[in-house]
Amino acid sequence: MLEISNLNVHFGVIHALKGVSLKVEEGEIVTLIGANGAGKTTTLRTISGLKKPTSGTILFNGNDITSTLPQDRVRMGISLAPEGRRIFSSLTVLENLELGAYLRRDKAEIKKDIDMVYERFPILKARRKQAAGTLSGGEQQMLAIGRALMSRPKLLCLDEPSMGLAPLLVQEIFDIIQDINQKGTTILLVEQNANMALQIANRAYVMETGTITLSGPGAELMRSEEIKKAYLGG
Amino acid sequence: MEQFLQQIVNGISLGSIYALIALGYTMVYGIIKLINFAHGDIYMLGAYIGYFCMTHFHLGVIPSLLIAMAICTLLGVIIERIAYKPLRNATRIAVLITAIGVSLFLEYGTMFFVTANVRSYPPLKGILTQSFKLGNIVITAQQILIVCITVILMVFLQFIVKYTRIGKAMRAVSLDRDAAELMGINVDNTISFTFALGSALAGAAGILVGIYYNSINPLMGILPGLKAFVAAVFGGIGIIPGAMIGGYFIGTVEVMVAGYGNSMFKDAVVFAILILILIVKPSGLLGKETKEKV
Ligand SMILES: Nc1ncnc2c1ncn2[C@@H]1O[C@H](COP(=O)(O)OP(=O)(O)OP(=O)(O)O)[C@@H](O)[C@H]1O
Ligand SMILES: [Mg+2]
Repeated sequence: MLEISNLNVHFGVIHALKGVSLKVEEGEIVTLIGANGAGKTTTLRTISGLKKPTSGTILFNGNDITSTLPQDRVRMGISLAPEGRRIFSSLTVLENLELGAYLRRDKAEIKKDIDMVYERFPILKARRKQAAGTLSGGEQQMLAIGRALMSRPKLLCLDEPSMGLAPLLVQEIFDIIQDINQKGTTILLVEQNANMALQIANRAYVMETGTITLSGPGAELMRSEEIKKAYLGG
Repeated sequence: MEQFLQQIVNGISLGSIYALIALGYTMVYGIIKLINFAHGDIYMLGAYIGYFCMTHFHLGVIPSLLIAMAICTLLGVIIERIAYKPLRNATRIAVLITAIGVSLFLEYGTMFFVTANVRSYPPLKGILTQSFKLGNIVITAQQILIVCITVILMVFLQFIVKYTRIGKAMRAVSLDRDAAELMGINVDNTISFTFALGSALAGAAGILVGIYYNSINPLMGILPGLKAFVAAVFGGIGIIPGAMIGGYFIGTVEVMVAGYGNSMFKDAVVFAILILILIVKPSGLLGKETKEKV
């Protein structure tokens, strides 16, 4: 579904991604883990078109999308729930969800999808008329995921959805991610919480200072000594 | 008391014009964080376009108004595309200096074509020459026209911003450009549209001020532009209702100072207000201190 080859990204003189290649097959949950500043967010931002790479290619369902606009990528089915949630804080919960469907014109179907998001996250329904900025951190994360689903993505990219959440809520978010995947959406998940991410991932990539250093099935990486030492606290 | 009410009437008329200009400042600031110093010059061009429509082509007020708005819309979009768009990722100071450059270019470019002479708007005809008396308060038909047109434009603007797709895109881009892009919003087009709206309102303000004060010149945009900017800051820059309130407030204050005090101080008072806001509440009347959740 998604195939990145030899991607290089610079911020001025900073070489943030150094020849990154990775693949996501249809139906998978793939996780990208790594320490702070490794380049995970940069990878997702480049996939969604917010950042232009200096070289390398991004294929989506066989089409070269390397130089297309972010809106074209949304239209093709790539959606990102960005790091830090980035919800529109002074707009209501409902307006945030409607913006997620900005490119769609099928009003009736949009309404259905909003109900579907409410069903998945009942708290959002209760808060629908409230300014999104007044939601708690966990609720905001649910809104960010719900909003990203409103474009009916084929590939949903999530950037640290568990950041800043209480353990119980982290478990809930991961359950939801699995559920979204089971309903047919492919997932690329960036996480600091390597333990949880590896548990639900089919495959995983480990990133260090701009390069992929390890990759393999999630369960396999969980047993790897290197990973245990570096990311799983023992 | 009557004098006071009379000043209020005059203040509302002048305030309408400031409010129309302030809206453009505030919307553009909201979306690209640029104080568009060339905005007052769009207003000046609106006054000139209206002047030529009325004198050379003998058009009525409303057709002239619509033409001035249409041409200013186009100019606003062209200026944005040529001068500001290439600087999208430049520092804010670079864009600000460019805006000052554009402003000077428009002022002296206009002077080249129409000379620096002051021109007077053609005398109005028919009902627009009338005035009405409520006790001892005089309300002229021009004042009614100005307020009516302003209110219609504001309602129209509110409708666009609140209920249309492009209006939602404008609000989203103002709040978070990256996130808006992730929704599939075309940020460049949205910014162009914002300039278009702001310039149309400035064009309308230009022709209204021509009708009200009768005289126009190529540098007429500077002072009202600055005052409208103060109005936008007063209401909370980036906030549309704030610009409306600010416009009326500044207009009324100015008229009051001129009426009761000394008209030499009226400009000074407006800028004293700016300094005061910046000290007391820099986010403006309707501005919120923004806190972010982590
Ligand atoms: N806008 C930017 N300007 C300059 N450098 C940047 C920018 N964004 C990211 N970088 C640099 O690129 C590198 C990768 O950053 P990135 O945000 O992708 O890391 P990350 O893996 O997501 O880290 P974290 O886990 O802390 O979120 C870092 O060295 C960072 O400083
Ligand atoms: Mg990151």
